[in-house]
Amino acid sequence: MPALLEIQNLHTEFRTGAGTIHAVDGITYSVNAGETVAIVGESGSGKSVGALSILRLIPDPPGRITQGTVLFGGRDLMTLTEEQMRQVRGSEIGMVFQEPMTSLNPVLTIGRQITETLEQHRGVDRATAQKRAVELVGLVGIADPIRRLKQYPHQLSGGMRQRIMIAIALACDPKLIIADEPTTALDVTIQAQILELMKDLTHRLGIALIIITHNLGVVARYANRVNVMYAGRIVESGPARAIYHTPRHPYTIALLRSVPRLDRPRQARLDPVEGQPPDLTRLDAGCSFRPRCRFAIAACAASRPRLEATSNPGQSAACFRADELASLTGTNEAALAGAPA
Amino acid sequence: MYLYIIKRVLLVIPTLIGAAALVFLLMRLIPGDVCVIRLGSSGGTFDPKAVALCHQELGMNRPIWVQFFDFMWGIVRFDFGTSMWSGKPVTTEIWARLPVSLEIALLGSVLATVIAIPLGTLSALRQNSWLDVFVRVFAIGGIATPSFWLGIISLLIVLDLTSFFLGAAWMPPIDYVPFFEDPIRNLSMVLLPAITIGYRYSAITMRMTRSTMLEVMREDYIRTARAKGLIHKLIINRHALKNAMLPVVTLIGIEFAFLIGGLVVTEQVFNLNGVGRLFVQAVQNQDYTLTQALVMMTVVVFVFCNLVVDLLYAWLDPRIRYS
Ligand SMILES: Nc1ncnc2c1ncn2[C@@H]1O[C@H](COP(=O)(O)OP(=O)(O)O)[C@@H](O)[C@H]1O
Ligand code: SF4
Ligand SMILES: [Mg+2]
Repeated sequence: MPALLEIQNLHTEFRTGAGTIHAVDGITYSVNAGETVAIVGESGSGKSVGALSILRLIPDPPGRITQGTVLFGGRDLMTLTEEQMRQVRGSEIGMVFQEPMTSLNPVLTIGRQITETLEQHRGVDRATAQKRAVELVGLVGIADPIRRLKQYPHQLSGGMRQRIMIAIALACDPKLIIADEPTTALDVTIQAQILELMKDLTHRLGIALIIITHNLGVVARYANRVNVMYAGRIVESGPARAIYHTPRHPYTIALLRSVPRLDRPRQARLDPVEGQPPDLTRLDAGCSFRPRCRFAIAACAASRPRLEATSNPGQSAACFRADELASLTGTNEAALAGAPA
Repeated sequence: MYLYIIKRVLLVIPTLIGAAALVFLLMRLIPGDVCVIRLGSSGGTFDPKAVALCHQELGMNRPIWVQFFDFMWGIVRFDFGTSMWSGKPVTTEIWARLPVSLEIALLGSVLATVIAIPLGTLSALRQNSWLDVFVRVFAIGGIATPSFWLGIISLLIVLDLTSFFLGAAWMPPIDYVPFFEDPIRNLSMVLLPAITIGYRYSAITMRMTRSTMLEVMREDYIRTARAKGLIHKLIINRHALKNAMLPVVTLIGIEFAFLIGGLVVTEQVFNLNGVGRLFVQAVQNQDYTLTQALVMMTVVVFVFCNLVVDLLYAWLDPRIRYS
């Protein structure tokens, strides 16, 4: 069976005064129907741009998708007309953004912001849309839906607003939901609730989920497969368990050490990845992680490693020393200790 | 919300009292008075006795605080007395001149808004297009052009064009005919002055619309609306304009009050017998009662516009409505 979503060699760049930023620099991955795939990486690694590129929501100018195909249900989204693309957005693919405080329109009621999606894509009348909105708000675990629908975003807490965003994403029974750091802006206790809710709903309704996060701790619990991004590329990918236990890229190893724990305040990071993320306008021909890599060798400066299969089945890494790393670091017990149960 | 409205309305009272006291004092700080001007207008010397008599007639010989309380008590009863210059009731003087000024102000602001909001919006949506460049030049022009100059130039253009095409120069009529009596004559009189005062108004409204629209289009909720697959028209009308109009509404309301200043100049240029011109005459004649009444009227317009803007804003923005 073909994958639900197949991204091949996707490139997105921004032309700015300081030069061209290759925010997404040739990523390839797929998502099967009903599965949850995590995209992990530091801030600025191109996770959001990669996600927005799927829906062709990159602000142009300064951004442009320059290359690649995004097959969704067999159709290449990159070749659709703007009108065809619009019919995919919000209907077949739902999106949940990082900032619940600013992602809802402050002057429209919650109800209106849910029903308009239904009216747009389903052509239903207001009453039908209203009934479905009540159902959706109940589904995302908000009590007293009828009252809530009449309220405005500022009257709801951050967690509540994110639930509304999820309800909007769910409205038209999408096949795929893309959640861009849906919990980063929320309280630690709320974070877990929202993640549980998304896991529960996508499993129950058979919706595929791309969950973007910079927290590898989230991944093991919620994702089937993981793509680790660094400087606009996927540097490691594979089953969540495998990435977690036997990481094969030095960046993944460093990330695992920096996992914040859900049971501790957010400030109590273990060990942030050392060094600065690279300047995306001036990458050289070598491995982009090289300046921060403990394992770098001469070959790493000469050319850029490609994402290739490792000795672990299903696991790929873009590192010349991927297979050596297994013996150099052993399993990742130390990092595991910091992960949520 | 109701508390907010009540507070807002109650605040109007001290504002009015303060303004009344200020204008009363300022008028009396100007050297000379209406009697000196009236009696001295022939050019020769005048009899101090005649001035004293005149002062007595007008009640200006009373202690100043008595005059002040007289004035305040009058305001409370909506009685502004008689003009010190013409002797006619102040309300009669103003009432006769109000329609032409009001029509120019309203027509000017309606024209300005109707042009400014769509153009400002389009200019933001098509940033850096030729339309955007045109709008920006038009708007800078509106802010840089003094209205008296614009008035004179537009009159000259009309004169030249009519004499060229019709053979005889045509001037807009200067005596006011209500719109419903003779719409064409009415409009041919007020249209040019309305455009003259409306240009600046529309220029600043356009700029404001453009800049807030540009800002709003970058907001996260617009991205959400796009991610929901809404059609473009809906994103603009329902999501963007509703937010972008909040500061524009404020501007439109506040600027309307400032139109009165524009009227003073415009009515001089077009030789119209309106409130603006009456204002100039009243000050020249040091007609205390008339000037005071006119200033109070201006203050009321200002306060009222502010009040309407605040209430409208609260009504449009649920964050204020529900707090
Ligand atoms: N609108 C934009 N204009 C210019 N550069 C952008 C824009 N959006 C994103 N970028 C750049 O693209 C890179 C990737 O950003 P992003 O995908 O948001 O990272 P993250 O992984 O934190 O989501 C960053 O270097 C960022 O500066
Ligand atoms: S290729 Fe070299 S520099 Fe890059 S991650 Fe692997 S070891 Fe480090
Ligand atoms: Mg991001």
